[in-house]
Amino acid sequence: MRKKISIGKKILSANEEYALENSLFLSERGKLCLNMISSPGSGKTTILSRTISELKNKIRIGVIEGDIQTDLDAEKIRATGAPAIQINTNGACHLSAAQISTALKQLPLDDLDLIFIENVGNLVCPSAFQLGETGKIAVLSVPEGDDKPIKYPAIFAKSKALLINKIDMLQTVGQADFDIERVKLDVRKLNKTVEIFPISAKTGEGMCNWYDWLLRTVKTPNQP
Amino acid sequence: MHETMVAESLLATIMEEAAKQNAKPINAKISCGVLNAINDEILCFAFEAITKDTLCEGMKLQIEHKAMQGQCKKCNQSFDIEFSDPRCPKCSSEEFELLPDAPLLLEEIEFSTVLGTPDGGHLTVETD
Repeated sequence: MRKKISIGKKILSANEEYALENSLFLSERGKLCLNMISSPGSGKTTILSRTISELKNKIRIGVIEGDIQTDLDAEKIRATGAPAIQINTNGACHLSAAQISTALKQLPLDDLDLIFIENVGNLVCPSAFQLGETGKIAVLSVPEGDDKPIKYPAIFAKSKALLINKIDMLQTVGQADFDIERVKLDVRKLNKTVEIFPISAKTGEGMCNWYDWLLRTVKTPNQP
Repeated sequence: MHETMVAESLLATIMEEAAKQNAKPINAKISCGVLNAINDEILCFAFEAITKDTLCEGMKLQIEHKAMQGQCKKCNQSFDIEFSDPRCPKCSSEEFELLPDAPLLLEEIEFSTVLGTPDGGHLTVETD
Protein backbone atom coordinates (compact mmCIF):
# COMPACT_ATOMS: atom_id res chain seq x y z
CA MET A 1 0.00 0.00 0.00
CA ARG A 2 1.14 3.51 -0.79
CA LYS A 3 -0.13 6.91 0.23
CA LYS A 4 0.72 10.43 -0.82
CA ILE A 5 0.80 13.25 1.69
CA SER A 6 0.91 16.86 0.61
CA ILE A 7 3.35 18.86 2.72
CA GLY A 8 3.89 22.31 1.17
CA LYS A 9 6.76 23.17 3.51
CA LYS A 10 9.70 25.38 2.63
CA ILE A 11 12.81 23.22 2.61
CA LEU A 12 15.07 26.01 3.85
CA SER A 13 12.62 27.17 6.52
CA ALA A 14 15.22 26.68 9.29
CA ASN A 15 17.52 29.14 7.50
CA GLU A 16 14.64 31.53 6.87
CA GLU A 17 13.70 31.57 10.55
CA TYR A 18 17.23 32.65 11.48
CA ALA A 19 17.16 35.19 8.63
CA LEU A 20 13.95 36.72 9.96
CA GLU A 21 15.44 36.88 13.46
CA ASN A 22 18.57 38.62 12.11
CA SER A 23 16.46 41.04 10.13
CA LEU A 24 14.42 42.01 13.22
CA PHE A 25 17.58 42.23 15.35
CA LEU A 26 19.11 44.69 12.84
CA SER A 27 16.04 46.80 12.18
CA GLU A 28 15.26 47.20 15.90
CA ARG A 29 18.75 48.65 16.30
CA GLY A 30 18.47 50.72 13.13
CA LYS A 31 21.54 49.14 11.54
CA LEU A 32 22.08 48.84 7.81
CA CYS A 33 23.43 45.43 6.77
CA LEU A 34 24.59 44.78 3.21
CA ASN A 35 25.38 41.31 1.89
CA MET A 36 28.08 41.53 -0.78
CA ILE A 37 28.07 38.74 -3.37
CA SER A 38 30.39 38.08 -6.32
CA SER A 39 32.74 35.59 -7.93
CA PRO A 40 36.09 34.98 -6.19
CA GLY A 41 38.64 37.62 -7.12
CA SER A 42 36.24 40.37 -8.15
CA GLY A 43 37.70 42.67 -5.50
CA LYS A 44 35.19 42.60 -2.61
CA THR A 45 37.84 42.89 0.11
CA THR A 46 39.69 45.70 -1.69
CA ILE A 47 36.40 47.59 -2.18
CA LEU A 48 35.56 47.20 1.51
CA SER A 49 39.02 48.20 2.74
CA ARG A 50 39.02 51.35 0.61
CA THR A 51 35.43 52.20 1.54
CA ILE A 52 36.13 51.83 5.26
CA SER A 53 39.31 53.92 5.10
CA GLU A 54 37.79 56.72 3.04
CA LEU A 55 34.53 56.93 5.01
CA LYS A 56 36.26 56.59 8.39
CA ASN A 57 35.15 60.05 9.55
CA LYS A 58 31.58 59.68 8.27
CA ILE A 59 30.28 56.20 9.09
CA ARG A 60 31.38 53.41 11.36
CA ILE A 61 31.59 50.10 9.49
CA GLY A 62 31.99 46.51 10.71
CA VAL A 63 32.48 43.45 8.53
CA ILE A 64 31.48 39.80 8.68
CA GLU A 65 33.84 37.87 6.43
CA GLY A 66 32.88 34.54 4.90
CA ASP A 67 35.51 32.29 3.38
CA ILE A 68 35.95 28.59 2.94
CA GLN A 69 39.31 28.73 4.75
CA THR A 70 41.68 31.23 6.45
CA ASP A 71 41.14 34.59 8.12
CA LEU A 72 43.21 36.51 5.56
CA ASP A 73 40.29 38.77 4.59
CA ALA A 74 39.34 39.61 8.18
CA GLU A 75 43.01 40.51 8.81
CA LYS A 76 42.96 42.90 5.81
CA ILE A 77 39.79 44.55 7.15
CA ARG A 78 41.21 44.83 10.70
CA ALA A 79 44.27 46.57 9.23
CA THR A 80 41.93 49.48 8.37
CA GLY A 81 40.93 49.70 12.04
CA ALA A 82 37.40 48.32 11.53
CA PRO A 83 36.13 45.32 13.52
CA ALA A 84 35.83 42.11 11.48
CA ILE A 85 34.51 38.65 12.34
CA GLN A 86 35.75 35.80 10.19
CA ILE A 87 33.49 32.83 9.46
CA ASN A 88 35.12 29.77 7.90
CA THR A 89 32.56 27.64 6.13
CA ASN A 90 34.97 24.69 5.80
CA GLY A 91 33.90 23.83 2.30
CA ALA A 92 30.38 25.23 2.13
CA CYS A 93 29.86 27.59 -0.78
CA HIS A 94 27.68 30.17 1.01
CA LEU A 95 27.03 31.73 4.40
CA SER A 96 23.92 30.72 6.31
CA ALA A 97 21.67 32.86 8.49
CA ALA A 98 22.62 30.94 11.67
CA GLN A 99 26.30 31.83 11.13
CA ILE A 100 25.35 35.50 10.72
CA SER A 101 23.26 35.39 13.89
CA THR A 102 26.33 34.32 15.90
CA ALA A 103 28.66 36.79 14.16
CA LEU A 104 26.30 39.75 14.70
CA LYS A 105 26.49 39.16 18.46
CA GLN A 106 30.31 39.23 18.34
CA LEU A 107 30.48 42.64 16.66
CA PRO A 108 30.43 45.85 18.76
CA LEU A 109 27.08 46.82 17.19
CA ASP A 110 26.51 49.90 19.39
CA ASP A 111 29.60 51.46 17.83
CA LEU A 112 28.60 50.70 14.22
CA ASP A 113 26.28 52.26 11.63
CA LEU A 114 26.79 49.73 8.84
CA ILE A 115 27.61 46.04 8.73
CA PHE A 116 28.92 44.51 5.53
CA ILE A 117 28.72 40.78 5.02
CA GLU A 118 31.35 39.65 2.55
CA ASN A 119 29.91 36.37 1.32
CA VAL A 120 31.92 33.40 0.08
CA GLY A 121 33.15 34.11 -3.47
CA ASN A 122 30.50 32.44 -5.63
CA LEU A 123 28.03 33.92 -8.07
CA VAL A 124 25.36 31.24 -7.64
CA CYS A 125 24.77 29.69 -4.22
CA PRO A 126 24.93 32.68 -1.83
CA SER A 127 22.01 34.35 -3.59
CA ALA A 128 19.72 31.42 -2.65
CA PHE A 129 20.24 31.97 1.11
CA GLN A 130 18.59 34.86 2.92
CA LEU A 131 20.77 36.07 5.78
CA GLY A 132 18.44 38.70 7.21
CA GLU A 133 20.41 41.46 5.48
CA THR A 134 18.86 44.81 4.57
CA GLY A 135 19.97 44.39 0.97
CA LYS A 136 22.33 42.60 -1.39
CA ILE A 137 25.18 44.22 -3.29
CA ALA A 138 26.49 42.44 -6.38
CA VAL A 139 30.04 42.96 -7.59
CA LEU A 140 31.08 42.16 -11.15
CA SER A 141 34.65 42.84 -12.26
CA VAL A 142 35.65 43.76 -15.79
CA PRO A 143 37.94 40.73 -16.46
CA GLU A 144 35.01 38.35 -15.75
CA GLY A 145 33.28 39.43 -18.97
CA ASP A 146 30.01 41.24 -19.61
CA ASP A 147 27.89 38.12 -20.16
CA LYS A 148 27.63 37.23 -16.46
CA PRO A 149 24.28 38.95 -15.75
CA ILE A 150 22.46 36.83 -18.31
CA LYS A 151 24.37 33.66 -17.43
CA TYR A 152 23.94 34.05 -13.66
CA PRO A 153 20.79 36.18 -13.36
CA ALA A 154 19.84 35.45 -9.73
CA ILE A 155 22.19 37.77 -7.90
CA PHE A 156 21.75 40.59 -10.43
CA ALA A 157 17.94 40.34 -10.21
CA LYS A 158 17.97 40.51 -6.40
CA SER A 159 20.55 43.26 -5.72
CA LYS A 160 19.96 46.81 -4.49
CA ALA A 161 23.20 47.92 -6.10
CA LEU A 162 25.74 46.59 -8.57
CA LEU A 163 29.39 47.59 -8.40
CA ILE A 164 31.22 47.13 -11.70
CA ASN A 165 34.79 46.92 -10.39
CA LYS A 166 38.23 47.13 -12.04
CA ILE A 167 37.18 49.70 -14.65
CA ASP A 168 40.88 50.61 -14.79
CA MET A 169 41.22 47.38 -16.81
CA LEU A 170 38.58 48.29 -19.41
CA GLN A 171 41.14 49.16 -22.04
CA THR A 172 43.19 46.00 -21.50
CA VAL A 173 40.12 43.74 -21.60
CA GLY A 174 38.59 45.54 -24.58
CA GLN A 175 35.03 46.55 -25.35
CA ALA A 176 34.31 43.29 -27.17
CA ASP A 177 34.64 41.38 -23.88
CA PHE A 178 33.33 44.02 -21.53
CA ASP A 179 30.83 46.59 -22.63
CA ILE A 180 29.55 48.53 -19.58
CA GLU A 181 26.44 49.66 -21.44
CA ARG A 182 25.54 46.06 -22.26
CA VAL A 183 25.86 45.11 -18.58
CA LYS A 184 23.65 48.01 -17.53
CA LEU A 185 21.04 47.11 -20.13
CA ASP A 186 20.99 43.39 -19.26
CA VAL A 187 20.82 44.01 -15.51
CA ARG A 188 18.09 46.66 -15.77
CA LYS A 189 15.91 44.29 -17.80
CA LEU A 190 15.73 42.08 -14.69
CA ASN A 191 16.04 44.71 -12.02
CA LYS A 192 14.43 48.10 -12.63
CA THR A 193 15.51 49.69 -9.34
CA VAL A 194 19.17 48.61 -9.15
CA GLU A 195 21.79 51.33 -8.68
CA ILE A 196 24.85 50.71 -10.86
CA PHE A 197 28.28 52.11 -9.97
CA PRO A 198 31.28 51.58 -12.27
CA ILE A 199 34.32 51.79 -9.97
CA SER A 200 37.95 50.97 -9.54
CA ALA A 201 38.76 50.13 -5.94
CA LYS A 202 42.42 50.23 -6.97
CA THR A 203 42.59 53.74 -8.46
CA GLY A 204 39.55 55.15 -6.62
CA GLU A 205 37.74 56.11 -9.83
CA GLY A 206 33.95 56.25 -9.41
CA MET A 207 34.10 55.40 -5.68
CA CYS A 208 32.56 58.76 -4.69
CA ASN A 209 29.21 57.83 -6.30
CA TRP A 210 29.15 54.57 -4.33
CA TYR A 211 30.00 56.49 -1.13
CA ASP A 212 27.18 58.99 -1.75
CA TRP A 213 24.70 56.13 -2.11
CA LEU A 214 26.02 54.44 1.06
CA LEU A 215 25.82 57.65 3.07
CA ARG A 216 22.24 58.24 1.88
CA THR A 217 21.22 54.64 2.52
CA VAL A 218 22.73 54.41 5.99
CA LYS A 219 20.45 57.24 7.13
CA THR A 220 17.34 55.21 6.35
CA PRO A 221 18.53 51.65 7.04
CA ASN A 222 15.07 50.13 7.05
CA GLN A 223 14.28 51.19 3.49
CA PRO A 224 17.40 51.10 1.32
CA MET B 1 27.07 23.06 -4.25
CA HIS B 2 24.55 24.41 -1.76
CA GLU B 3 22.49 21.37 -2.75
CA THR B 4 24.14 19.50 0.16
CA MET B 5 22.55 21.85 2.66
CA VAL B 6 19.25 21.60 0.80
CA ALA B 7 19.51 17.79 0.92
CA GLU B 8 20.15 17.88 4.69
CA SER B 9 17.13 20.11 5.34
CA LEU B 10 15.05 17.91 3.08
CA LEU B 11 16.08 14.76 4.92
CA ALA B 12 15.26 16.34 8.30
CA THR B 13 11.78 17.39 7.10
CA ILE B 14 11.02 14.00 5.56
CA MET B 15 12.21 12.11 8.68
CA GLU B 16 9.97 14.27 10.85
CA GLU B 17 7.00 13.48 8.62
CA ALA B 18 7.91 9.78 8.44
CA ALA B 19 7.87 9.59 12.24
CA LYS B 20 4.39 11.16 12.30
CA GLN B 21 3.16 8.78 9.62
CA ASN B 22 5.04 5.78 10.97
CA ALA B 23 5.72 4.79 7.37
CA LYS B 24 8.64 4.48 5.00
CA PRO B 25 9.03 7.36 2.53
CA ILE B 26 9.68 6.21 -1.02
CA ASN B 27 9.20 9.29 -3.23
CA ALA B 28 9.23 13.03 -2.71
CA LYS B 29 8.13 15.83 -4.97
CA ILE B 30 9.97 19.15 -4.75
CA SER B 31 9.44 22.40 -6.59
CA CYS B 32 11.71 25.41 -6.90
CA GLY B 33 12.10 28.68 -8.70
CA VAL B 34 15.12 29.33 -10.92
CA LEU B 35 16.69 31.69 -8.41
CA ASN B 36 17.11 28.79 -5.99
CA ALA B 37 19.77 27.55 -8.42
CA ILE B 38 19.10 23.86 -7.87
CA ASN B 39 20.89 21.38 -10.09
CA ASP B 40 18.88 18.13 -10.17
CA GLU B 41 21.81 15.80 -10.57
CA ILE B 42 23.76 17.34 -7.70
CA LEU B 43 20.76 17.44 -5.37
CA CYS B 44 19.89 13.79 -6.09
CA PHE B 45 23.50 12.74 -5.60
CA ALA B 46 23.78 14.64 -2.31
CA PHE B 47 20.45 13.23 -1.11
CA GLU B 48 21.48 9.69 -2.01
CA ALA B 49 24.76 10.11 -0.14
CA ILE B 50 23.27 11.47 3.10
CA THR B 51 20.28 9.09 3.21
CA LYS B 52 22.47 6.00 3.19
CA ASP B 53 21.58 3.79 6.18
CA THR B 54 18.56 5.95 7.04
CA LEU B 55 14.84 5.27 6.61
CA CYS B 56 15.03 7.42 3.46
CA GLU B 57 17.63 5.26 1.71
CA GLY B 58 16.56 4.50 -1.85
CA MET B 59 14.03 7.35 -2.01
CA LYS B 60 13.43 8.98 -5.37
CA LEU B 61 13.25 12.75 -5.76
CA GLN B 62 11.12 14.43 -8.39
CA ILE B 63 12.13 18.05 -8.93
CA GLU B 64 9.93 20.56 -10.70
CA HIS B 65 11.50 23.82 -11.85
CA LYS B 66 9.29 26.86 -12.03
CA ALA B 67 10.22 29.64 -14.42
CA MET B 68 10.58 33.18 -13.21
CA GLN B 69 7.34 35.04 -13.87
CA GLY B 70 6.88 38.54 -15.17
CA GLN B 71 3.75 40.63 -15.53
CA CYS B 72 3.59 43.02 -18.47
CA LYS B 73 2.98 46.65 -17.49
CA LYS B 74 1.37 47.41 -20.85
CA CYS B 75 -1.00 44.50 -21.49
CA ASN B 76 -1.02 42.87 -18.04
CA GLN B 77 -0.05 39.46 -19.46
CA SER B 78 1.76 37.10 -17.04
CA PHE B 79 4.56 35.15 -18.64
CA ASP B 80 7.65 32.97 -18.11
CA ILE B 81 10.81 35.07 -18.28
CA GLU B 82 13.44 34.14 -20.83
CA PHE B 83 16.65 35.52 -19.30
CA SER B 84 18.44 36.02 -22.60
CA ASP B 85 15.66 38.29 -23.88
CA PRO B 86 13.13 39.19 -21.20
CA ARG B 87 10.01 40.64 -22.84
CA CYS B 88 6.25 40.10 -22.96
CA PRO B 89 5.43 37.36 -25.49
CA LYS B 90 2.08 39.00 -26.27
CA CYS B 91 2.98 42.64 -26.92
CA SER B 92 6.83 42.45 -26.93
CA SER B 93 7.08 45.14 -24.24
CA GLU B 94 10.19 45.12 -22.06
CA GLU B 95 8.32 46.96 -19.32
CA PHE B 96 7.29 44.33 -16.82
CA GLU B 97 7.09 43.64 -13.11
CA LEU B 98 9.30 40.81 -11.91
CA LEU B 99 7.08 38.56 -9.79
CA PRO B 100 8.58 36.87 -6.70
CA ASP B 101 10.51 33.72 -7.49
CA ALA B 102 8.91 30.41 -6.42
CA PRO B 103 10.35 29.16 -3.11
CA LEU B 104 12.08 25.83 -2.63
CA LEU B 105 9.17 23.65 -1.50
CA LEU B 106 8.69 20.09 -0.38
CA GLU B 107 5.35 19.51 -2.09
CA GLU B 108 4.51 15.90 -1.41
CA ILE B 109 5.86 12.69 0.08
CA GLU B 110 4.76 9.25 -0.97
CA PHE B 111 4.98 6.58 1.72
CA SER B 112 4.87 2.84 1.66
CA THR B 113 2.49 2.02 4.50
CA VAL B 114 3.97 -1.38 5.31
CA LEU B 115 5.64 -0.09 8.47
CA GLY B 116 2.51 0.90 10.31
CA THR B 117 -0.97 2.32 10.32
CA PRO B 118 -1.50 5.48 8.31
CA ASP B 119 -2.36 8.41 10.50
CA GLY B 120 -3.18 11.31 8.26
CA GLY B 121 -4.21 13.72 11.01
CA HIS B 122 -4.99 17.10 9.51
CA LEU B 123 -3.05 16.29 6.34
CA THR B 124 -4.60 15.25 3.04
CA VAL B 125 -4.18 11.56 2.47
CA GLU B 126 -4.67 9.97 -0.90
CA THR B 127 -4.52 6.22 -1.09
CA ASP B 128 -3.57 4.50 -4.34
